[in-house]
Amino acid sequence: MNQKYETVIGLEVHSELKTNSKIFCDCTTEFGGEPNTHTCPVCLGLPGVLPVLNKKVVDYAIKAGLALNCEIASFCKFDRKNYFYPDLPKAYQISQYDLPICKNGKLEIEVDGKKKTIGITRIHMEEDAGKLIHQGDKIAEAESSLVDYNRAGVPLIEIVSEPDMRSPEEARAYMEMLKAILQYIDVSDCKMQEGSLRCDANVSVRPVGAKEFGTKTEIKNLNSFKALQKALEYEIERQIEVLEDGGKIVQETRSWDESKGITVSLRTKEEAHDYRYFPEPDLVPLKIDEEWIEKIRKTLPELPNERKKRLVEEYGLPEYDAGVITSSKALADFFDKCLESYDKPKIVSNWIMGELSRLLNANDLEVEDCPIEPQDLVELLKLMDKGTISGKIAKEVFEEMFATGKKAGRVVKEKGLEQISDASELESIIEQVIAENPKPVEDYRNGKEKALGALVGQVMKATRGKANPQLVNKILKEKL
Amino acid sequence: MELYEYSVSALKKMLQNKKVSSREVTEAFLDRIEIIDGKVQAYITKTAEEALKKADEIDSKRQKGEELPSLAGIPMALKDNLCTKDIKTTCASKNLYNFKPPYSATVVEKLEKNGAVMLGKLNMDEFAMGSSCENSRFFSTRNPWDLERVPGGSSGGSAAAVAAREASYTLGSDTGGSIRQPASFCGVVGLKPTYGRVSRYGLVAFASSLDQIGPFANTVEDVALVLQAIAGHDPMDSTSVDIPVPDYSEALQGDIKGMKIGIPREYFPDELSSDVKDVVQKGIKKLEDLGAIVEECSMPHTEYALPTYYIVAPAEASSNLARYDGVRYGYRDKDAKNVLEMFMKTRNEGFGEEVKRRIMIGTYALSSGYYDAYYLKALKVRTLIRRDFESAFEKYDCLVSPTSPSVAFKLGDRVDDPLAMYLSDLFTVPANMAGIPAISLPCGFSEGLPVGMQIMGKAFAEETILKVAHAFEKNSDFQGQKPRGVE
Repeated sequence: MNQKYETVIGLEVHSELKTNSKIFCDCTTEFGGEPNTHTCPVCLGLPGVLPVLNKKVVDYAIKAGLALNCEIASFCKFDRKNYFYPDLPKAYQISQYDLPICKNGKLEIEVDGKKKTIGITRIHMEEDAGKLIHQGDKIAEAESSLVDYNRAGVPLIEIVSEPDMRSPEEARAYMEMLKAILQYIDVSDCKMQEGSLRCDANVSVRPVGAKEFGTKTEIKNLNSFKALQKALEYEIERQIEVLEDGGKIVQETRSWDESKGITVSLRTKEEAHDYRYFPEPDLVPLKIDEEWIEKIRKTLPELPNERKKRLVEEYGLPEYDAGVITSSKALADFFDKCLESYDKPKIVSNWIMGELSRLLNANDLEVEDCPIEPQDLVELLKLMDKGTISGKIAKEVFEEMFATGKKAGRVVKEKGLEQISDASELESIIEQVIAENPKPVEDYRNGKEKALGALVGQVMKATRGKANPQLVNKILKEKL
Repeated sequence: MELYEYSVSALKKMLQNKKVSSREVTEAFLDRIEIIDGKVQAYITKTAEEALKKADEIDSKRQKGEELPSLAGIPMALKDNLCTKDIKTTCASKNLYNFKPPYSATVVEKLEKNGAVMLGKLNMDEFAMGSSCENSRFFSTRNPWDLERVPGGSSGGSAAAVAAREASYTLGSDTGGSIRQPASFCGVVGLKPTYGRVSRYGLVAFASSLDQIGPFANTVEDVALVLQAIAGHDPMDSTSVDIPVPDYSEALQGDIKGMKIGIPREYFPDELSSDVKDVVQKGIKKLEDLGAIVEECSMPHTEYALPTYYIVAPAEASSNLARYDGVRYGYRDKDAKNVLEMFMKTRNEGFGEEVKRRIMIGTYALSSGYYDAYYLKALKVRTLIRRDFESAFEKYDCLVSPTSPSVAFKLGDRVDDPLAMYLSDLFTVPANMAGIPAISLPCGFSEGLPVGMQIMGKAFAEETILKVAHAFEKNSDFQGQKPRGVE
């Protein structure tokens, strides 16, 4: 990046809340389902219907606010955001405008070992829209379009950050930490691929040292952490290029084109909607008393940063390990569960960060969907400790467990992978290896220590890796 | 006396005593509609078959000796902006000409449970916007007292049907006077309850913070009976209030001696026609004769009620009516080449002139840069109007005024002059702005046309205004008069 410029980034994150029912009716919020089956007159916005607020949504919004160190408003209200679009059944979205439920929060991130606090401007509650399926690329060019209103009325919170981030890496770290927190407090699934966590980025650049912000653009359609980072990197470069060429940044909304790796203009400020917000007359203002807030505060679990601290202090894990493991609640839960019946924290963290994460990534799975339970991993680790299997074999067993869901003991038994620690059994194999490999034997006897490795390798090969390596070493040396 | 001429409470007794069956009563009303409605044109949809089926159901229950609710077997009809499951609910708009809701309004469900027999759906100004019923996209309803005149609006069909005895009672909706003004024009009783007293769920919204459903009938007693059936908290309407519903029929008993009645001088301005003024003043004199303490008072912000209303109501309407875009139900322009064109053509053709005018006014008032000057200011003035009422009600039990500045005007007289049309709601709009209950009842005649008197009360004190209205009605002598246009 050009060293003359500083980047300023603020994020607007939409998170679907995992309440059982929608925000203003009792339809299910379940993802998937045949189109338009999770609907009723209310979420379809039929003439005459009225919204009734789902109190659970308020509970969750308060919880998110508390977890993000926000002030919770004692009085807030809903407003209508008016615009025409076929996926919006009432042609207005019930949202919160000037009196949101939470404001003035903050969130701590860490990039390259450096900690930084990002301000949270506000959190507000609103309803989601439906989904359009175009028979063609875009709505303007499509032959026809179909609408699925299953998602219409699913509760959302929008979390707006201060323009406190200075690089795509910080933006990504913020987004990752936000996701972790929302998952920890169990208010959202945060599945970016299903759209339950979405993000728009406001970005501008300014000469280093400038006090005023540069003109910003808003980037939409950021469906993954990678997209967020790549889009920001591209957009920053683009803006700097425009400025370097003596041009001006146009305030506009741009869309990230994942396949082309570029941002493209959607609409300029002049074309921006006038949403004509006004107070929603169909809902009464919401009063939140201390009692309600305290009730929710009591349900707050340990949050990522606290948990990280605990893993370092209680288990002596390195900061790095603790950070990786606590970045996801599911991963941290997995760790804690293992430690209930196994007392070697570093070994567990190695396996979680190594084999487990590798296989999850390779299979595109979330921790929640992992076929291996914590106690299964512990069983495997104990087999290793007892010497029943070697570390190398353990990895093989782990893969098998992951693929088939079978327990460690069973895999070891079925595949005959028990470590051979019977000296007499090994002796005969070793004698045979010595007999068949005169060259390395001679080398070793001539003082070439390294030749021993080749012989050990031959023994392992002959035992298909099952031989106890320490024992093989010992016996080999004796025999030679 | 014909069956259709009896009051709701008389029919109730006759049915309970098995002097008459619900089928006989229903058939009497259906025949009446057959004969008269060609002239009055109150009905958009008639549901004769369903009505007779329901009547038979009630009759057979009664034969078996089942205990039946108060309105069982009595025929009624509904304004066509109240959703009725599987029965067309058009709002007298081209936009909803074919719309059959998959659900019923809470009031409709309540009446159904009460055994009511629905005869059909009644004409109105499109989306309840208008004061003459001439904004119906289908046809104009006539005033039963003079078929050359309008029945008032927007619930013109509901008022005319009761006046012409085409239904024993009806429901309408009132956003700025849409129950009281047509009640006044048609010489019937019409009540706008307190905002929050009756659930709005299933009432197609015009202006959400002002809309309220209420009954029309020929007597105050009947209005009380119907209100009893529809009032109460509804979990489906967050703005409906969860407080006990009093016994309204019980509340009618007793006299009004010593009751304090305020007469706000701002409700007798120059625009008020002198004959209406005379009739209403005679009515007020009668209340005094009945023992009420009558005093002139002042409501200083009254003159701002109408302009404020014409900011707030259109603003909310512009948002409420945005959903009629042709995507999901109702009318859709078939020739549009893209979605934007579909929205625009559908809405341009689907809505009539007055509705479009208000959508534009409302959109303008809410637009960025104008919001503070119009909408926000209107909300502030609304608070002042509410305070006028609050301080008046510290002194008085109720307030009395004319319902409308004139008697029913001629068809076509005001269609080209929206402001003249708006003026007929001058005295009714303030009650909506304040959310208080108000009733219009016949108070006399001017040139053979009915004049209505409005009684406004404290929030949730419907029983007070019903009591005053009932006392007045019992002591007046013109109730027996029949509308000339249909006799």
